[in-house]
Amino acid sequence: MSAIDAKPPAEAAAPPAASGAPAVSPAARLLAGSRWRWYEFAFWGLALGSYFVFPNKLMLISEILILGLLALSIDLTLGYAGLVTLGQGAFFGVGAYAAGLAAKYGAGAGPWSDPLLGLVIAAGAAGLVGFVTSFLVLRGSDLTRLMVTLGVALIVEEIVTQAKSVTGGSDGLQGVMSSNVLGMWSFDLYGKTAFWYVLIVTFVCFWFCRRLVNSPFGLSLLAIKGNPLRARAIGMPVNARLVAIYTISAAIAGLAGGLLTQTTQFASPDMVAFHRSADSLLILIFGGSGHLYGGLIGAVAFRIMQDFIGNITPQYWLFWVGLVLVLLVLFVRNGIVGLMANGWRRLTQKSHEGKNP
Amino acid sequence: MSFVQTAAAVETASPVLQTKALCKAFGGITATDNVTFSLPAGARHALIGPNGAGKTTFVNQLSGVLLPTSGTILLNGVDITNWSVRARSRAGIARTFQINQLYADLTPLQSVLIAINERENAASSWFKPVGVRSDLVDEAAALLARLSLSDVIHARVGSLAYGRQRLLEIAIALAAKPQVLLLDEPAAGVPEGERDQILDVVAALPAHVSLILIEHDMDLVFRFAKTLSVLVNGALFVEGTRDEIANDPRVRQVYLGEEVISNV
Repeated sequence: MSAIDAKPPAEAAAPPAASGAPAVSPAARLLAGSRWRWYEFAFWGLALGSYFVFPNKLMLISEILILGLLALSIDLTLGYAGLVTLGQGAFFGVGAYAAGLAAKYGAGAGPWSDPLLGLVIAAGAAGLVGFVTSFLVLRGSDLTRLMVTLGVALIVEEIVTQAKSVTGGSDGLQGVMSSNVLGMWSFDLYGKTAFWYVLIVTFVCFWFCRRLVNSPFGLSLLAIKGNPLRARAIGMPVNARLVAIYTISAAIAGLAGGLLTQTTQFASPDMVAFHRSADSLLILIFGGSGHLYGGLIGAVAFRIMQDFIGNITPQYWLFWVGLVLVLLVLFVRNGIVGLMANGWRRLTQKSHEGKNP
Repeated sequence: MSFVQTAAAVETASPVLQTKALCKAFGGITATDNVTFSLPAGARHALIGPNGAGKTTFVNQLSGVLLPTSGTILLNGVDITNWSVRARSRAGIARTFQINQLYADLTPLQSVLIAINERENAASSWFKPVGVRSDLVDEAAALLARLSLSDVIHARVGSLAYGRQRLLEIAIALAAKPQVLLLDEPAAGVPEGERDQILDVVAALPAHVSLILIEHDMDLVFRFAKTLSVLVNGALFVEGTRDEIANDPRVRQVYLGEEVISNV
């Protein structure tokens, strides 16, 4: 009761002795939350090892990584800033066509066909569209945001299919040829170059997102997600933060789209279709939002399930997807990642105090 | 309607916050009726009045959540009537909410740190992890210690007892190092046993911070406030020192119960 007077500020910096935690300063404890953990090394180790284990499935693995990257971009907005979106496919598609058009313009030899430049163009174009449309999602409820993002996606889809002279319309963009990665590695039929290219780009994007969400900026996003009213009241520029994260998220989605175009040498309206947006959101929910890994793990699970169930009952594949989605959402708090975290916690019988994603 | 009896006695120091002829109408209902009000530096001021008197509406206009229909608000003589919530917060007006507005999934340490980061313009830093600025984290921990929340700085906010959440509300507001702190019923809903703690915290707030307290609990009001304003139907009914208000027969009639008066 009189503890306020009893405790001088000097003592406050000391860790709480009563909690039984090891004696670490609050700052060190916060820092520990952003340290790389063993399961992260395990995840990327497995991703890297899949090259040697599944040499015949490299294109599929690349595609999974790209899907995962797209879902990761949604995680930034949904899992961290609390912005619901059903239109991420629009940015994916813009990126896909931007990279495709650049590569086509360079005709496989010119500087415009450089894949890394193509990615920059893809991210830039999608980021620009994201920035412009971000102002539409600042106001309104989750439902409004769902509808607005869906509407934007539909508009982009329609533009892509109608602008035949630029995009090739429903036939898709022909003649996409990227030059060699860093001028050295050409995209081969087996997808070896594509695999390493996609893996490294995905990892770099992931690393960037990881820095982002563990920073003070990332923490402020969690505040907006947790309580925008309070965030405003402490003087936070809530709208500016939302515009920033929405733009970044769109740019990463565009980058993922660019990767797909470059590795498949083709861009089609399918890349901007509504099911892209729906699938990627589904993948994130499967994997668990707010963990960064949810999108990547969700993409793996989604494609494995698609292959597995597709082999048994191809026509009922969506039935099983729906069933799994319903069960996951109803009974597991944080998707597959949440399921794994819970399992691990029970296995080790340790009472984790901090959140352990 | 507005009967300012002892305004001269109240305005001893230079005013930090002033309102001039402030009005707020919701359709046909006048929620704030021509309120001219002045808050001296370092004030310990309580705003009381019956339910629906417009206390929270008044505070919402001061903090910028609502814009007045007419009238002006001055902070240190600067017209802030049309400033955003963010601009006012950065200029030194902080508030707590009548209903807790917290981040349920974060920890108290994070909650306070978020506010400190904003104050220090450290929140747009996106590359270095939280915790690198250990000075800011230590400040957050020290602030939580002052509100006797040391033992739960890493706990989930949503799992804290209600009374402690009310304390965290105050901690987050204080993290901005405000000039003016608006406390909207800090003890509302807090069980009897934990009220004293809130009172102690409010009493121990730094003397240079000017406080406005909205409260229904007359016990808390008379222990805390040196000056009071009584709002009735959105208008300033009477202003004065604690004793003047307690002994004012009109206030007694409008608002206060006899037994409260006799206790003071």
